[in-house]
Amino acid sequence: MALRRSVGIGGLGGRERYVEHMGKKEGVIEVEGRVSEALPNAMFRVRLENEHVVLATISGKMRQHYIRILPEDRVVVEMSPYDLNRGRIVYRYK
Amino acid sequence: MFSRTRIELKSEEQLRHMAAAGAILNEALEATLAAAAPGVSTGALNDVFAEIITARGAKPNFLNYHGFPGYICASVNEEVVHGIPGERVLAPGDVLKIDGGCIIEGWHSDSARTRILGSSQEGTADPEDERLSAVTEAAMWRGIAAFATAKTTGEIGEAIEDYVSAQPGKKLGILEDYVGHGIGSQMHMPPDVFNYSTGTKGTKIRAGMALAIEPMLTRGGIETKVLDDDWTVVTSDGSRASQWEHSVARHEEGIWVLTAADGGAAALGPLGVTPVPLPAA
Repeated sequence: MALRRSVGIGGLGGRERYVEHMGKKEGVIEVEGRVSEALPNAMFRVRLENEHVVLATISGKMRQHYIRILPEDRVVVEMSPYDLNRGRIVYRYK
Repeated sequence: MFSRTRIELKSEEQLRHMAAAGAILNEALEATLAAAAPGVSTGALNDVFAEIITARGAKPNFLNYHGFPGYICASVNEEVVHGIPGERVLAPGDVLKIDGGCIIEGWHSDSARTRILGSSQEGTADPEDERLSAVTEAAMWRGIAAFATAKTTGEIGEAIEDYVSAQPGKKLGILEDYVGHGIGSQMHMPPDVFNYSTGTKGTKIRAGMALAIEPMLTRGGIETKVLDDDWTVVTSDGSRASQWEHSVARHEEGIWVLTAADGGAAALGPLGVTPVPLPAA
């Protein structure tokens, strides 16, 4: 049975590759958003697709890899269903 | 975090299970193709296939794969791959693709063949369809031959594309939306095996790797769409397509085509490759 090619030449790219390697976490909500403001202590205010604004930090792995986040960047935010005002940035689109 | 994709390397014993699954699959596919004739439904072909693999104690891997309802994919004419077997009755001149697979001891096999229902000499088939299938099959063997000596999987796609683009006559399209894949404890595993040159090297080839090499060619464009049944992939311009596929293992001594009766010896010989049987247990 033929395999549907993943987007992009040479296999997965970007966000798909991230999900492929990390798997989907359970019990968290992933939402796309745009960074509206950079705050002290590596905090960011992110306006989500659904127009909610949350306070988000960078995930540890993104910090290790020195992935910089600037206002206006498109990002994926992971959120716990228990606190919808806070989030963790897990992916920055190029 | 962005580590290299993990490739499953099979032990010789695991490859022997895959060869056992491949032998059953080869038998079932040949019987299915022998039963294919004008007037026969694709559903009946599915039954022929199912009966043989069940009788040999193999499990189906297509059935219920992401909800797929058949033991085989039966794709006709402009349907390239993933056709659902059912009521469709075959007609003279049809280009039939049967893609099947089975599991032995948890190890998968996957192979596909094209059959033209008729012959251009008797006026019951289009000679261009016959050329399409012949080129696709030959391209698959070029890809398999490349696997014997290649350092990376990218060379397989290059060999296929080089062969297809060197063919005289009307240009054939190499499908890019669907690709070959690694195979082993699951049917679809890394790495992706492209049927064309991607400009990247691909994955390093090592002993213990098993790949499903499956070029899909069309007589027209390479755009495809999926029908409302969520499975059947057709060419957007309605041009006819062919698919040939074998599961191939690379072991310490060489390659062995797991889903061919002779390990690929007859077809690979003229290409200067001698397949080496898996070491006995």
